[in-house]
Amino acid sequence: MLTLVGKDQPGIVAKITSCLYESGCNLGEASMTRLGGNFTIMMMVKFDGTPEALESTVGPIADSLELRCHVDLIEGNLHRHVEPNVQVSVYGADRAGIVCEVTGTLAEAGLNILNLESDVGGSEENPIYIMRIEGVTSQEIEKLEDALAVLAREKNVETRISPIDVMMG
Amino acid sequence: MALMEILVYPDPRLKQISEPVEEFNDDLRSFIEDLEETMRNGPGGVGIASPQVGRFERIVIVDVSSKPKIKHHGRLILINPEITAYNGFAVGREGCMSVPDYTGNVVRAEAIELAAQDEYGQEQTFEMEGYEARAVQHEMDHLEGLLFLDRLVSRRTDLFQRKAYKKAGSKK
Repeated sequence: MLTLVGKDQPGIVAKITSCLYESGCNLGEASMTRLGGNFTIMMMVKFDGTPEALESTVGPIADSLELRCHVDLIEGNLHRHVEPNVQVSVYGADRAGIVCEVTGTLAEAGLNILNLESDVGGSEENPIYIMRIEGVTSQEIEKLEDALAVLAREKNVETRISPIDVMMG
Repeated sequence: MALMEILVYPDPRLKQISEPVEEFNDDLRSFIEDLEETMRNGPGGVGIASPQVGRFERIVIVDVSSKPKIKHHGRLILINPEITAYNGFAVGREGCMSVPDYTGNVVRAEAIELAAQDEYGQEQTFEMEGYEARAVQHEMDHLEGLLFLDRLVSRRTDLFQRKAYKKAGSKK
């Protein structure tokens, strides 16, 4: 797993992936996104060499883009997607604690989070926190719904939960 | 009855446009039986289109009756189907027997009106909504060589806007 983080600028993805391709890598699943002015990349890379060798392959281009680079040896499981069956949406006035309260409640109610994205919007004076979670649960959705309703009341956040019903055609 | 092999992307034949059915004969009905068996054999399959098994004719089968708490018309054999009206929009998650191990969010009309023939050539019309309308639109896309991959929207796209869209639509 190749992780790259640094100040955002145009061309990061193209330059990094060209370097990897020219070095004989094959890319797997990736998440690349801009978070608060930083560009972040987490990317599965298939590479016939040690993590250190991959790091030194990417090193020069990462340095030139002022990106910090990190490589972890992982087992790459492709073709084994776990499908989410629940989506949760949360927003409210920003404050410390929203994420841990919501995810703690969901974990206790039996949700396994597969994907979480959050943004801070609003103005600098009145920031709002917006979070979207996809996960999988074997529990009835009502159980999660009830737990979130309590949280929404006590912690003053808006929550919505809905099933993800995949149409398989 | 026999199970047929499902074409899997990147098989280029999935991008082919299918031809209208002209003859409503026993060969057609026997093929439809096999197509239905193939659909029901797929994991969770609620619809199938003829080009998915390599027969490039405008034939779609949809049956969402196994899903609880939704409106539906039961088993639908749709030949030469045409959507005559689209209403509202909804985002929903789709997968496809021709695209294993991937699902994605797709925007579809929330409700449609549909004209099609049955396996004897009889004209029929339907009004449908929600999950069933989504399944029909997904399968009809196959007839045009389109996959749900051609219509993906971001995972960030709000899955909860359906009611808001409906409200906006009803004001018209």
